[in-house]
Amino acid sequence: MPALENGLVLRHIQVSRDMYELEFIAPGIAQECRPGQFIHIRSALENNPLLRRPLSLYDVDKKLGSITLLYKLVGKGTNLLSRIRPKEYVDAMGPLGRGFSLLAPRKTALLVGGGVGIAPLVYLARVLQCQGCNVKVIHGVENRLELVALPRLRQIGVEFVPATIDGSAGFKGLVTDLVVKKVSPHEIDFIYCCGPEPMMAKVSGFARKNNIAAEISLEEYMACGVGACLGCARKMKSSDDEYKKICKDGPVFSIDEVELLRNKKNDR
Amino acid sequence: MRKESVPEEKLDLSVNLGGIMMKNPVAVASGTFGYGREYEDFVNIADIGAVIVKGTTLEPRYGNPAPRIVETPAGMLNAIGLENPGVEVFINEHLPYLCDRGVTVIANIAGNTIDEYARIASILEGKKGIAGIELNISCPNVKEGGLQFGVDPDMVYQVVKAVKAETSIAVMPKLSPNVSDIVAIARAAEAGGADALSMINTLMGMAVDVEKRKPVLGNIFGGLSGPAIKPVALRMIYQVYQAVKLPILGGGGILNCTDALEFILVGATAVSVGTGNFVNPSIARDLVEDIEKYLSAHGLKSLEELRGAATLTDVGSQTQGE
Repeated sequence: MPALENGLVLRHIQVSRDMYELEFIAPGIAQECRPGQFIHIRSALENNPLLRRPLSLYDVDKKLGSITLLYKLVGKGTNLLSRIRPKEYVDAMGPLGRGFSLLAPRKTALLVGGGVGIAPLVYLARVLQCQGCNVKVIHGVENRLELVALPRLRQIGVEFVPATIDGSAGFKGLVTDLVVKKVSPHEIDFIYCCGPEPMMAKVSGFARKNNIAAEISLEEYMACGVGACLGCARKMKSSDDEYKKICKDGPVFSIDEVELLRNKKNDR
Repeated sequence: MRKESVPEEKLDLSVNLGGIMMKNPVAVASGTFGYGREYEDFVNIADIGAVIVKGTTLEPRYGNPAPRIVETPAGMLNAIGLENPGVEVFINEHLPYLCDRGVTVIANIAGNTIDEYARIASILEGKKGIAGIELNISCPNVKEGGLQFGVDPDMVYQVVKAVKAETSIAVMPKLSPNVSDIVAIARAAEAGGADALSMINTLMGMAVDVEKRKPVLGNIFGGLSGPAIKPVALRMIYQVYQAVKLPILGGGGILNCTDALEFILVGATAVSVGTGNFVNPSIARDLVEDIEKYLSAHGLKSLEELRGAATLTDVGSQTQGE
């Protein structure tokens, strides 16, 4: 059952130019967490910003009862959040939303993350690895300094290939090109993807073409996080009349459910 | 000498809001709490003074294009577009569930014509578990060229009267603040037979995306809620409290006990929390606890002693202010 908890901050570190890792103790929430779900964080006790921020589970330690979030500075909310220090508290609500479906043991999963979209895939990698799947992770970033998940993925022990735009580590170029050019589709049973929508659209295209089942994780402005306000509505297909709620019906969707937008403007 | 533990007398915070019997004076506002069950993991929904459920129309509605919400300074804009499954689904799938759990339910209804409001009211009449009907009168009146019902005193009078004729349930129109004379609207609702008033609905606003160079919301305009609108709500309730006899459910940006007490002091019988539910999903319960603490700390027996107290101050002639 999701809960509200005041989480004691254990660790809060800047891991790249604009990304932070926040670990806090929230045993009640931690026990319930499944990969792909999110935590709704209140970043300020004052009125501005008012609403909570939905942040993906980056890692969970159920024994310790801790949750780690990875987030990127994008505005006022995340800026205020970044000022919270160890031994202070964060107001956390969760876990919320529908997470990833978990692949059966001994199957091979390909996890493709773009930028901060790697966040939900790290906890997924841990859980899949733990239950005996073969896990390959691809992370696309601008340069090697943004490969923030590398130590954690090494510790989990999964196969990891980076793609950097500037070629400072791994494959030089777009993560989607790496997928299309280097991945042998017959080796993959399932693809999980999170990142900018045009990137997820391309990875979905690859999955569809090769008949590989896949899931992606979507984002939208959110208020309640529990399916009450109907604010984070989205049509799954342009021909649909009805809307789904990203917070409750998602944020994870199968690529068969949703039509992803290929253009960068992200208009809908 | 052994100190005797005197069990503290439990304060009775129940209120009668024009025939709507509430366990305590804190309701959750329509559209911010779904059908209650969405929040069940975070709060015992039967403990809430009243759950005003998502607005119901006669037929199902899909709602507005995304984005539907955007955060603004000390508030947010929403343009959900009344997405809801229609009154039959509400009665068959949501109401029994709430009823079984002992939740005090206030239905919220919306229509495009006076006849639609009346029909929904007649469908709700006699259904078990509905403590009151809140009328969303911020809908465009299709027959009157799309003008909102809530901005015209005569239309407010007519819609309230038509609904009252169809039901014995207490009727509480939710007044729109997007008017020049809120008192005239409140008087019209009273004349139409309203049992209580709900104040205030959201203020119409918009936000612009400077990168895309267009409005943020799919619907262009949306309703502003949150702390940003609290001063407007307080002023309107202050005016209406002195002009009409109806009990008022007051809300607009309530986030804490002090906010809630301000509404009581300008005349509200009970308060509603809307946007605050998104910030703190157990805010309704927390407010009741804090109100109790306030009353005890000040040696007060009930909210009655505070209600409208701030309207008794003689401030001379009230001008529009500068």
